[in-house]
Amino acid sequence: MKSICLYFQVHQPFRLATYRFFDMGTDHPYFDGYSNRFIMQQVAEKCYLPANNILLGLIGKFGKDFRVSFSLSGLAIEQFERYAPEVLESFQKLAATGSVEFLAETWAHSLASLKSRGEFREQVRIHEKKMKELFGKKPVTFRNTELIYSNEIGELVSELGYKTMLTEGAKHILGWKSPNLMYCSASNPKLKLLLKNFRLSDDIAFRFSDRTWSEWPLTADKFTQWITKTDARDEVVNLFMDYETFGEHQWAETGIFEFLKVFPGLVFKSGNMNFKTPSQLSADLQPAAPLNVPYPISWADEERDLTAWLGNEMQDEAFRSLYQLESKVKKTKDADLIKRWRYLQASDHFYYMCTKWFSDGDVHKYFNPYSSPYDAFINYMNVLSDLGIRVESQQKQGLRKRTAKTTAKA
Amino acid sequence: MNVLMFGWEFPPHISGGLGTACYGLTRALMKTGTGIIFVVPRLFGDEESEQIRLVNASDITVDIRDEVYKSHWDKISYLEIDSTLLPYATDDEYYRIVEQLESGKSLEQLSLHSRKFNFAGGYGKNLMEEVRRYAIVASAIAQQHKFDVIHAHDWLTYLAGIEASKASGKPLVVHMHATEFDRSGENINQDVYQIEKTGMEAADVVIAVSNLTRNVVINRYGIRPEKVITVHNGVEPQKEQSKLMPQKQINDRIVTFLGRITYQKGPEYFIEAAYKVMQKVPDVRFVMAGSGDLLPRMIRRVAALGMATRFHFTGFLKGDDVDRMFGISDVYVMPSVSEPFGISPLEAMRSNVPVIISRQSGVAEVLNHALKVDYWDVNAMADAIYGLLHYPALPSMFRSHGKAEVELIKWDQAGTKVKNIYQQVVHAHTQTTSK
Repeated sequence: MKSICLYFQVHQPFRLATYRFFDMGTDHPYFDGYSNRFIMQQVAEKCYLPANNILLGLIGKFGKDFRVSFSLSGLAIEQFERYAPEVLESFQKLAATGSVEFLAETWAHSLASLKSRGEFREQVRIHEKKMKELFGKKPVTFRNTELIYSNEIGELVSELGYKTMLTEGAKHILGWKSPNLMYCSASNPKLKLLLKNFRLSDDIAFRFSDRTWSEWPLTADKFTQWITKTDARDEVVNLFMDYETFGEHQWAETGIFEFLKVFPGLVFKSGNMNFKTPSQLSADLQPAAPLNVPYPISWADEERDLTAWLGNEMQDEAFRSLYQLESKVKKTKDADLIKRWRYLQASDHFYYMCTKWFSDGDVHKYFNPYSSPYDAFINYMNVLSDLGIRVESQQKQGLRKRTAKTTAKA
Repeated sequence: MNVLMFGWEFPPHISGGLGTACYGLTRALMKTGTGIIFVVPRLFGDEESEQIRLVNASDITVDIRDEVYKSHWDKISYLEIDSTLLPYATDDEYYRIVEQLESGKSLEQLSLHSRKFNFAGGYGKNLMEEVRRYAIVASAIAQQHKFDVIHAHDWLTYLAGIEASKASGKPLVVHMHATEFDRSGENINQDVYQIEKTGMEAADVVIAVSNLTRNVVINRYGIRPEKVITVHNGVEPQKEQSKLMPQKQINDRIVTFLGRITYQKGPEYFIEAAYKVMQKVPDVRFVMAGSGDLLPRMIRRVAALGMATRFHFTGFLKGDDVDRMFGISDVYVMPSVSEPFGISPLEAMRSNVPVIISRQSGVAEVLNHALKVDYWDVNAMADAIYGLLHYPALPSMFRSHGKAEVELIKWDQAGTKVKNIYQQVVHAHTQTTSK
């Protein structure tokens, strides 16, 4: 029996408002409330709500045999609460069926795992708590932002009590090995690893509507056949993708929803395949081999490395400046400042600063509110500079208050 | 492939981008094996021509009684020049023959029938007359030389191109380096506009230096889109850097505007952006280098804003002074309202100066490693200046990528494209004439 593991990532960043240097020190908002609301409501209508409905229908039809898993970034959850509460309700309905597993991730969809262990832990704890609150269960599987993983991150995740983690089936790590087996971390063998089958996942996520693709149109029939034809020794085919694939990256007109509706039925019809969640797989399967990942991998681009977010001078400077503020921000104990600092950690901001795509920009332009990475950098740095100024002045105020107190005592 | 090319200026006697562009393009075309006869109204004898055959229109003898020229002669006597059209006036020269025409003598009455015209070159007050005379001479030149195609650069040479084409029966390519709308905004000179339109309509192909210019050609002149082709300019490889680059003598950062101080270049937006930056940044100075009809107004504006101690005017800069200016600049801004291409940001980038360019420029179409703003968006311009001065990663990115990017914008690509256009029009032409 071969399993299919469906995992969908749900995330929306808080996009920044246009923030000029002369706005620093004024009450100019950091975040573009209008477009964040607009985008959230549009994606809710085009993707989250209809896709959730289809999944509910499928669970109704196939019962507990049909399983899916999700991870919702904290920033997406906050925006659901603010702009589209009906989406959260529909996720809660999915949770109530018992067929859906919700994974843990960093609250701010951040790259903290690469920079600050402390902040990483805090964000995971906040996320866990919220998951429990929303869906009644503490997550047991972890998924890091952008599927970023390395031996070191594996240890960190393991320390937080997670037994299973999702990452990319990067070719340069796997070599001849199949992504369709359970693996474990080389540095900490107790941590099991499920690897994304990027070819089959991207057939849906990226190529589904590509008319220049030789396999277009991709029917659920054909796709099920492909899965059937994977090696007989394979145990699990991990289809990991952005949930926004359904109705947003691939529009409804492409037939993506019909695909989603029909696909599970065809899998069951094949007779020798089923659907499992990561925690089920973790219980069922033993690791085939340890996986040594000395340098972080991710699910982005051909390189499957970090260069979409970090590596050019701007990304590195922004990233460094952001985490330089960590201890100062936290010392203020000002919930609002800490929240803003967290929003600025979303990987998306660094992605907008990437210069790799000057030659082949289309996919990335679609998700990018800036016309150039330089504009993205300047805007981000202006906001971050203002945050720095605010943190400094808070500190001074705090200091003044404390001195006032001691003087009063004396 | 041999081309008869009409220009208006040739290095070193240039007053704008046209001469530089013609020089770069002709050199690249020579490399593709194209033979070029390059005609200019006046040769000074020290042009950097190398293997290009330069023809001095002032040396050509024409029989002015020829009926072919009559239409032009008729117009010469009454065409008036709009003095705001060409702010960079050179010495005016008056011609005996024109004086005589204006005094009412007919052509037949003139003592000399066969004569040479001594062109002033440049952009003087009699420009429109020179343009007409150039057309007359062009016709004679076309009969004296062998070539396959005619290529005319900017409106000044379009009538010459048309006459040469009529006289030789060869196809015509006209090249739009700048349109009248770029030079004059909405207050266009109708005569110039008409010559541009006539030239483009008569041409087999119109070459535009950017998509921006191509759109203007199509939308404002009504030229059929199929025959308008964009060929982006290149930039000449840098000459030996002078060893004596000046050291900056002050610690303040310097933000530079360099260009003609005219409507087209948007100097007032630079001033407004400078004002915004100065409110927040103490150690920055602004320089406006160049001259032009808006200079007095700009000086008054800077004074009115009370920032004259930190905002400097240099007047017109030439040659080494330009390099020196780049050498001490931390940011270069080109806020042009309308810039068909715009070569100066490329020169700045080559000197490792980060650039902010207006989106209303052709060069914005070919550059990635530049900050781009709408010329009217003073806030964005100010913000870009601030960003370059405050976030070290930005100038560092530009240093590592900008120069490399500029080195890739070569005239060779333009040369190859233009040669293909020649082949295409010559092919189409032989087909229609053989039918």
